[in-house]
Amino acid sequence: MKIGVLALQGAFAEHIVMLKKLGAETAEIRLPQQLDDLDGLIIPGGESTTMGKLMVDYELLEPLREFGLAHAMWGTCAGAILLAKDAHREQPLLNLMDITVERNAFGRQVDSFEAALDISSLNLESDAPFHAFFIRAPIIESMQGEAKALVTLPDGRIVAAQDGNLLATSFHPELTGDTRFHEYFLSLVKEN
Amino acid sequence: MEENTGSFAVKKGLAQMLKGGVIMDVVTPEQAKIAEEAGACAVMALERVPADIRADGGVARMSDPDMIAGIIDAVSIPVMAKARIGHFVEAQILESLGVDYIDESEVLTPADNDYHIYKHDFKVPFVCGCRNLGEAMRRIGEGAAMMRTKGEAGTGDVVEAVYHARTVLGDIRRLQSMPIEEVMTFAKEIGAPFEILMETRELGRLPVVNFAAGGIATPADAALMMQLGVDGLFVGSGIFKSGDPAKRAAAIVKACTHYNDASILAEVSQNLGEAMVGINVSTMPEEEKLAGRGW
Repeated sequence: MKIGVLALQGAFAEHIVMLKKLGAETAEIRLPQQLDDLDGLIIPGGESTTMGKLMVDYELLEPLREFGLAHAMWGTCAGAILLAKDAHREQPLLNLMDITVERNAFGRQVDSFEAALDISSLNLESDAPFHAFFIRAPIIESMQGEAKALVTLPDGRIVAAQDGNLLATSFHPELTGDTRFHEYFLSLVKEN
Repeated sequence: MEENTGSFAVKKGLAQMLKGGVIMDVVTPEQAKIAEEAGACAVMALERVPADIRADGGVARMSDPDMIAGIIDAVSIPVMAKARIGHFVEAQILESLGVDYIDESEVLTPADNDYHIYKHDFKVPFVCGCRNLGEAMRRIGEGAAMMRTKGEAGTGDVVEAVYHARTVLGDIRRLQSMPIEEVMTFAKEIGAPFEILMETRELGRLPVVNFAAGGIATPADAALMMQLGVDGLFVGSGIFKSGDPAKRAAAIVKACTHYNDASILAEVSQNLGEAMVGINVSTMPEEEKLAGRGW
C-alpha cells in the first residue's frame, strides 16, 4: 500500500514517520504526476492559504480533486480546511467533503490546547481516550449530505468527520506517538 | 475533559505546522497581505526591517502595539513579533496582544547583556537565534519552542546563514558520532544543558523546529538553506527591500517547497527585478554584526 503525503508545506514529515511505523510505503507529493501510483493521500497540517496557493500555481487543484473522488484522503487541520466545500473565506479549496469549516475557531496560538478525546465511535480495538493537539485549529461547523461526525468535544463541537472515503480531523494525530487514527485511515484505504 | 493550553508540546506544535514555509518580515498591514497572498506561512510584524535598523542606527525596540494589532487584523496566517533579548516586559505586552510567536531577537538592541527571557513562564511560544549547538541548547533550556540560525540580518549576504546552519548541523553530527562517555564534557565545552543534548543525540536533530534566517535574498539562497537541512526560512529585508516584492516573495515560497527541483528553481528565479542591495559581510566590522548578540 502506497500513501502519498502532500509536501507543499507543513508537518508532512511527521505523517510519514507515522505511516512508516505502520509499514506503509510513503511518498512526498509536490507535483500532479506524483499522484499516479498512490492508494491514498494525506494533506497535513500547515497553512491552508500557503498550500492552496501552491496547489493553484502547480496545477494540483483539479488532479487532487479527481484523486479524492476515487481514493481515500485524509486532511488534518489545514488539510481538513482544504478538503471542505466551504471555509467562509475566499481561498482555493478542493471542494470534496460535504463540510463547512471555521478557521482558527478556538482563537490564536495562546488558545491552542491539548485534550483527551473520546474516539469510541471509530470502533477500534482500543477505545482509550485519544490525546490530541489543537493548534490554531478549525472546527467542522456543519455537515451536509453523507458526511457524519466522528469525534466531538464535550460541548458538541465537531473535530473529526467522515464523508465516504474522506476523513477530516481538526487536530493532529501526527504529533502524538499514537497511531490509531493512521490505522483507521489505512483501513479506509483498504476498503476503498 | 481536561484542556491544557500553553504546554511545551502545543508551543512546539505551531512551529511544526510552519515547516517547509517562509516567514516574512512586514512593516504594514498592506505588506502583510502581500506576504499572505504570496504564500507566506507566517509574518513577522516589525517597525523597520533589519536593513533599515542597520542604516538608521540608534536603539531598536519592540514595535508599536497598534501597528502589530493592525497586522494581526489584516491576515489569517500566524503573526510573530520581536522582543529585545532579555526584555520580558516587551514579551508580556506582545503576549497580551495575541501574537502567535515571539522572536527574542538579536536584530533589536539587547535589553540585558547577561540573561535571556525565561520563556517557560509564557503561554505564547518563543523563537530564538543561534550560531552553534551550545547556543541552541541554552535557548531551548530556557523554553524556546523553535530555533533559527542567525545568519547576519539586513545584509542580503547568505554567507553567515550558511555558516551558522552548517555549524549547528555539524555539531549535531559530531554529537551523534562521539562515544556516550564524551557527551558530558562536550556539554561542558559548549555550555549546553546535558539532558537536552542527550535528547538531541537521540533524535539526530534539534528537539524543536529549526529555520534559517539572516541574509536570504533569492530563491536560490532559499533552496540552498533547505538543501543544507533546515526546516524552513525567515526572509527579512530580502523581500520588501527588493524591486518587486510580491513576485520575489512568491518565488521564494516556491523555491522553499521545490528546493530539490533545479528546473523549477530556474523558472522561479527569472525576471524578479532588483534583489536587495547587499552588504558584504566579510568586509563588515565585527562591532556592526548582530549575530554576536545573545549569551
